[in-house]
Amino acid sequence: MSKILKIFNTMEYGPAPEAPDAVNAWLDDHNRKFGLFINNEWVTPKGAKFYSSINPANGELLAETTQAGQKEVDAAVAAARDAFKIWSKTPGVVRARYLYAIARNLQKHSRLLAVLESMDNGKPIRESRDIDVPLLARHFYYYAGWAQLMETELCDYQPVGVVGQIIPWNFPLLMLAWKIAPAIAMGNTVVLKPASYTRLTALLFAEIVAEAGLPAGVVNVITGSSSAGSMIVAHPDVDKIAFTGSTDVGRTLRQQTAGSGKKLSLELGGKSPFVVFDDADLDGAVEGVVDAIWFNQGQVCCAGSRLIVQENIAGKFIQKLKSRMEHMRVGDPLDKCIDMGAIVDQSQWDTIDGWVKTGIAEGGECFQPNIQLPEKGLFYKPTLITGLDPAASTVQEEIFGPVLVSLTFRTPGEAIELANNTRYGLAASVWSDNINLALDVASKIKAGSVWVNCTNQFDGAAGFGGYRESGYGREGGREGLYEYLRPKWMDRPRPEFSVDAKWGAHTPTLPTQPTPFDKTQGKSVRANGHLRSIPPIDRTPKMYIGGKQVRPDGAYTTTVLNAKGKIVGQVGDGNRKDIRDAVEAAHKARTSGWAMRHGYNRSQILYFIAENLDARNAEFVKRIVEITGRTQKSAQAEVDASVERLFTYAAWSDKYGGTVQETTLRGITVAVNEPMGLIGIACPDEMPLLGFISLMSPAIARGNTVVMIPSQKYPLSAMDFYQVLDTSDVPGGVVNIVTGDRDHLVKTLVQHEDVDSVWYFGSAEGSYHVEKESAANMKRTWADYGLLRDWISREQGEGHEFLQEATQIKNIWVPTGE
Amino acid sequence: MISQNNRNSGTPLDLDWVMGAHVNKSAVERRTATLTGRRTVKKDWQAAWLLRALTCIDLTTLAGDDTPGRVKRLCAKARNPIRADMLAKLGLDGEKITVGAVCVYPNRVADAVLALQGSNIPVASVATGFPAGQTPLPQRIQEIEQAVEAGAREIDVVISRNHVLTGDWNSLYDELKQFRAACGDSAHMKTILATGDLGSLKQVYQASLVAMMAGSDFIKTSTGKETVNATLEFSLVMTRAIRDYLDRFGYKVGFKPAGGISSAKQAMAWQSLMKEELGDEWLMNNLFRIGASSLLTDIERQLYHYITGHYAAKHHMPMG
Repeated sequence: MSKILKIFNTMEYGPAPEAPDAVNAWLDDHNRKFGLFINNEWVTPKGAKFYSSINPANGELLAETTQAGQKEVDAAVAAARDAFKIWSKTPGVVRARYLYAIARNLQKHSRLLAVLESMDNGKPIRESRDIDVPLLARHFYYYAGWAQLMETELCDYQPVGVVGQIIPWNFPLLMLAWKIAPAIAMGNTVVLKPASYTRLTALLFAEIVAEAGLPAGVVNVITGSSSAGSMIVAHPDVDKIAFTGSTDVGRTLRQQTAGSGKKLSLELGGKSPFVVFDDADLDGAVEGVVDAIWFNQGQVCCAGSRLIVQENIAGKFIQKLKSRMEHMRVGDPLDKCIDMGAIVDQSQWDTIDGWVKTGIAEGGECFQPNIQLPEKGLFYKPTLITGLDPAASTVQEEIFGPVLVSLTFRTPGEAIELANNTRYGLAASVWSDNINLALDVASKIKAGSVWVNCTNQFDGAAGFGGYRESGYGREGGREGLYEYLRPKWMDRPRPEFSVDAKWGAHTPTLPTQPTPFDKTQGKSVRANGHLRSIPPIDRTPKMYIGGKQVRPDGAYTTTVLNAKGKIVGQVGDGNRKDIRDAVEAAHKARTSGWAMRHGYNRSQILYFIAENLDARNAEFVKRIVEITGRTQKSAQAEVDASVERLFTYAAWSDKYGGTVQETTLRGITVAVNEPMGLIGIACPDEMPLLGFISLMSPAIARGNTVVMIPSQKYPLSAMDFYQVLDTSDVPGGVVNIVTGDRDHLVKTLVQHEDVDSVWYFGSAEGSYHVEKESAANMKRTWADYGLLRDWISREQGEGHEFLQEATQIKNIWVPTGE
Repeated sequence: MISQNNRNSGTPLDLDWVMGAHVNKSAVERRTATLTGRRTVKKDWQAAWLLRALTCIDLTTLAGDDTPGRVKRLCAKARNPIRADMLAKLGLDGEKITVGAVCVYPNRVADAVLALQGSNIPVASVATGFPAGQTPLPQRIQEIEQAVEAGAREIDVVISRNHVLTGDWNSLYDELKQFRAACGDSAHMKTILATGDLGSLKQVYQASLVAMMAGSDFIKTSTGKETVNATLEFSLVMTRAIRDYLDRFGYKVGFKPAGGISSAKQAMAWQSLMKEELGDEWLMNNLFRIGASSLLTDIERQLYHYITGHYAAKHHMPMG
């Protein structure tokens, strides 16, 4: 029988390979040996160590690349620093031209990039050709636009400086674009280190960039192991680190950069829920699952890896899914007729296989379709594990492979609870044909991207990034720019401090010695015919927790001195339990609806606070003079500015909801500025009232609840202020105030795993500790590194910087069409 | 021809199922948009697949100027769709390769039956007031009967779109039941949904279900006369309905996209859709047809290129 006749009868698929010739020619042209790309030149250090780059689909050697050491990292940072001098001063419209040229060049070399990406990483050519590379170009076009508009639209900002960027192996080109495009658009220069499994496309990219004429040193690419990454992170002349990768490494980077004044953005792991309601298009949702978990062999940080399906359709849905899995094709990444390619490395393959075994040991039922895998190479079958409970480690932990676990739910409320029952918060997918239900669930899932009736949608015009331990910072969209910008008035902090291991330990307060009261302060009464002086009524404030004044848990009191060292009062000496109680109260206020109130209502309350504060203006001025020893005029300015600030954030209460993003999706992509949740705030000493109000107001205006630690030195203004809160309709628990040893209290707050963000205005050393300790649950932090700001000034004391810290952006993608 | 074994006899109208349908357009579009990137066949496989596609063609002429002569020429092409020398080079000499059927208007059925005598190629006739279906019901039924009488073994009926657009599923069901009765045992019913006239993909799915419940042997996208005819989106929704119907009742219903499929590349996209959504059985002409007139020539040209390595001139391929 002829071959054609045989196929005619069986109607099988055959091989449909993309030719690797052009890639091989390019590799050969480099003698399959690559140096480091510094200053637009290939640099091969003397005595350099080379190491092999392997095609995971067949184990063949592709090329060798150089292992960078400290000297090379220094050279790359120096090149970037040098280039920064000119690049940062180059007009945005000129930088736009360069980015545009890069985008055009990338398109011209698109197939070469795609084929090399598939050979290097193992991903299907369909994905590298149709998704990764088009998005790569898209990002450069998108950010070329922002470079063009920077001077007019972002005139209050300046570039950050030299940026160290460390990217993962799952989307080598796409992650590179997400990092480099916004950075250089805003005038920064870059040292990029591709992942150790996948280095080659970054090197090809470097050549393409040079070909586009980008000035030397603006983009430098160095290859190496994680130690080279650490050298970049630790380098004192690097101003910002952007990292995508595992949460564990992210945690280390947070600790490593703590207190350094380097900006840090982290895009970390996930265990994203894929929620299917009974009124969804089930076949559509099944295809969604394919795109969610079997995209890039499941090696996707935002992979929809937890299927959460309504109980009444679960049987039917799983059946449909299993039938669909029988049609999956796994094979040569360069084959144009496959769904899944190769796992990037043997160690990853082993990890995935280990998790599947764990899932079975945990009582899961494992399903793999009866399909063929190539005999050679790192291939893994699409895998579904059913019958697991939320407690199973395979349900909780990121597997980073083609393995889906499934759970069921009964009600929308339970679906949301299950979806949020994770330490991560990168993405989610929600399937329902009921728009009310779908959007309600989308708004309640804690994740940076929520895809309604779709999954894994990406575009330059929308930000991507995590909630919770999935990291912070956004990549894409306007929001992605701020990672590479600093307000114009602010210098790069270069804090100097020494680390005291006992930082944050509680210092016992000395019991205040009874002092004779100042008779001039007291009142006189006539009793039994004699005029007697009597003590003034004690006004020692208590803690303010849950809308009530409560005594400090430890029943200790600390003495407050004024600027001249004279005792002016006492405050409660808070401890860990006061913080614990305040956090509980703040959570209660949050879940009972502070964030759900509309902005109009929150603005009314802020105006009311302002009104009541102003009514007691003179009293607050007097107190500031008394405790700080500043002039009447200066104190008056502080109180007036405080009232003004409340007005500012009353204004912002209903004007910072988000944006409609102009993505390529037909439908609506909305960036919603959601509250961070619960913010712990340590206030500065320099403006005891204004500092407190400047930090509290943006937080509560945007729907957060707060635990405030007032200025340790001058806490009394803040404590007077709680009476203002009490009379201004502020619901109990929205603002909680705990006085005492600032760093001791902050340490408890930053270690508290149910606190979403900590703002710290204190010392350089304290900033270090706050950032370091925050790594426990990867909470966001905002620290001042001990640098003072001018709180009176509107430029420094209010505005977007504060609003950005008070919110996290969720992009909700809603395709349309009936 | 379709075997009579387990022919879809229809089922009672299950309105709960019809009303509970959910089809999400953007999800459908994403599946179809990525399908051709996920599946492709090259070289030997492409040649074999194209030959298979060719055997699924309902070679069609549905024009006002159709004459006995025109139909005769078309039927000759139907019998010998590929030049004998090309077939030999493909290693298929001696294999009987013909198209799936010849599809004509009722008035031309007799001409086609005559021209195809002895070939075993069935004649399909459109009927029921094709293409709009806006003639009185008795006449539409009579039209089926006459076509069957004249020798048509497949009847491509059109539905009353108004029943779908107004949600009158009972009337649609009843009407199709009568059409099916008129087709009887000697002819199979291929029900044209005229998807381009329907309001939504959900209605396409619902109409597919009702058509199958009423006993259709095939469901077909279009008459070729709507402004939008066969698309992968309509086809995906209909194939999913076929799958759901099979799962529930065990009947295999065929699928026929028609209108606008004129290139070999398009034909392969539909074949991938069939293989992926329904399975290999739906690549064979007892369950899959493509209504087309110019597709055949393009397939021939692609096969010529496969054999010779040269791109073919259209005028080298014998006319149909």
